Amino acid sequence: MQRNVNNDTEALLSDIAKIENEPGYNHAFLDEQTKRMVRRAILKAVAIPGYQVPFSSREMPMPYGWGTGGIQITASIIGKADVLKVIDQGADDTTNAVSIRGFFAKMAGVATTEKTSEATIIQTRHRIPEDKLTRAHTMVYQVPVPEPLRWVEPRETETRKMHAHSEYGAMHVKLYEDIARHGRIATSFDYPALVDGGYIISPSPIPKFDNPKLDMSPALQLFGAGREQRIYAIPPYTKVTSLDFEDYPFEVQKWEDCCGLCGATTSYLDEIILNDDGDKMFVCSDSDYCQRRCEAGHKGPFADDRISDEQGERNAS
Amino acid sequence: MYVAVKGGERAIKNAHKALGKKRRGDVGVKELSVRQIQEQLPHAVDRVMTEGSLYDPELAALAIKQACGDLIEGIFLLRAYRTTLPRFISTRPINTDKIDITRRISAAFKDAPGGQMLGPTFDYTHRLLDFSLLEEKEPEEDCAGDCGEDREDNPPISRIVDFLDKEGLVEKLADRTKYELPGDLTREPLLFPVDRDVRLQNLVRADEGFILSMGYSSERGFASTGGHPFVVELRVGEVDVEIVPEELGFTVCIGEITVTEGDVVSVYSGSDKAPPQFARGYGLVFGYGERKVISMAQVDRALRCRELGEDIESPVQDEEFVLSHSDNVQATGFVEHLKLPHHVDFQGELEVLRRMRDEWEVRVEKRKRLMDQTAQNDKGQGETCNVM
Repeated sequence: MQRNVNNDTEALLSDIAKIENEPGYNHAFLDEQTKRMVRRAILKAVAIPGYQVPFSSREMPMPYGWGTGGIQITASIIGKADVLKVIDQGADDTTNAVSIRGFFAKMAGVATTEKTSEATIIQTRHRIPEDKLTRAHTMVYQVPVPEPLRWVEPRETETRKMHAHSEYGAMHVKLYEDIARHGRIATSFDYPALVDGGYIISPSPIPKFDNPKLDMSPALQLFGAGREQRIYAIPPYTKVTSLDFEDYPFEVQKWEDCCGLCGATTSYLDEIILNDDGDKMFVCSDSDYCQRRCEAGHKGPFADDRISDEQGERNAS
Repeated sequence: MYVAVKGGERAIKNAHKALGKKRRGDVGVKELSVRQIQEQLPHAVDRVMTEGSLYDPELAALAIKQACGDLIEGIFLLRAYRTTLPRFISTRPINTDKIDITRRISAAFKDAPGGQMLGPTFDYTHRLLDFSLLEEKEPEEDCAGDCGEDREDNPPISRIVDFLDKEGLVEKLADRTKYELPGDLTREPLLFPVDRDVRLQNLVRADEGFILSMGYSSERGFASTGGHPFVVELRVGEVDVEIVPEELGFTVCIGEITVTEGDVVSVYSGSDKAPPQFARGYGLVFGYGERKVISMAQVDRALRCRELGEDIESPVQDEEFVLSHSDNVQATGFVEHLKLPHHVDFQGELEVLRRMRDEWEVRVEKRKRLMDQTAQNDKGQGETCNVM
């Protein structure tokens, strides 16, 4: 265990010199020593794809479980020139995404965007954008439970050994039991994946629909779990395989309906209950993707019922 | 028809405005000052300081005010502030032998050098609502007169557990003069198994209610070892906080803090290496916090099972279970994050559930058909049997 007295006056002075955006706080909230510590953990995570690197997570001004791991990663890598996009459930306008985006706009003074194509850092909870990511993107995932083996074995001391020995039989047994009991693998999100033939990871609670996007992605993908104090990574162009069996291959969700607004048939759809009779419609969970398709003239069956943003704001407030 | 979930930003602003209004309450009532909280709600302030890991009564009182009295929220506020503070230096370990006592009791001995001193305590009060407190009173009525509080001088007070130590009845401590910087889980992640220093830090920061319940469980029998716990000593008082600046090389006192400290022992039946003796549990918190100190010491004692070679059979002896779930800031964050939208995952589950239900119906139908068929066949065979 490291037992340094943090007495790095140089870093301290640079902290004090950098008070620019929010008086009393350093650029992007965290002090420079903490950022360095987080960046060291990130480097280690990139060097050992899929390995969960313990890091000394800090208390953030948002609650644990609300994205503190992702926020600490973003705070540690974000520079003045970065453009930040934050999504929650695929949407830029969900309350927690709005709150985190506002936090960085204020504390780091960076430009923010809702467009996937404009962003350099995309912090996300529960989704990967529909648009293809590029080398210019860094994905930052908010992870609630980083340990994919947690539901098989609750003890950290045990799961660490299982990872070290690649002892993943229990995970396959769990999936097999699903098939024996339900005739299919009943995991619909947080679907375990093998990174570069080495470690099994939790891809965070993204729907399994998004798992194929992890594979050979040109973007650097960083995963931060604040409460559980772990960081792990998938470097660009890394093989990521979702666990399955030869006779029960991995498959993703499909919908019979299309997006009610933009008519998309290949995106992840959310279900919306329209009235007390339980009538429903489906819309793209990726709000930026849907918006751009609408602007390009694509129309779904409910496109004309859409109310304006201003009206929506009035309803919401 | 379709209500867009737009306007998150404005909704958040309005919600915060509403919170400010709720915090202030009826504007016809005088606003509560931070100073009042600090002076008149000291137990709340002390709990927030202890679990917030920051000794600053004024900021703790501010946190309580800002959190509208929600102590866990207050603890969270203080922690989030604390984490941004630069570390200049580590203090020397506080020396509680030199404590300026306001309360000191021992449940193990009727009397001991230094005596017993009740001090301000709820103990032995009758829990009858004091309706006279409904009225605001002038200070003289309550606080005038000697309550036997002040001691003339401040001689060091022997630790009662040391008397047991002299007889060899309690386990030896590691050399107390040897100074080693303890682990710090606000700077290093919690990794199992943990040493006692980090465990104690975790327990100090832990939720009082959780630690109370875990301690209670050990007392009710959910711990197979360690007999009845005895509070050998409980002391409350002020201690000096000292530093040794590198450039000076000598000790400088930078202030005083109030702490509550407790030594709890219970019988340890010994092993091949150690004779039967009392084993120690230790508790320490900022301010007045006896409930937390005693239960912390119980949990510390129970968690020493690995070190003492005792069987691990109960939740309170399970280091991962206790230490991973003791922090109320972590716990409340994760439990309350369930309020965040989960419609993407929920959609995934809906899809799986609908498909599973469809398949279930087909399966049940099929099984029913097969059973009917078998029954039919059995019946046919049964008749044949009868004939034979």
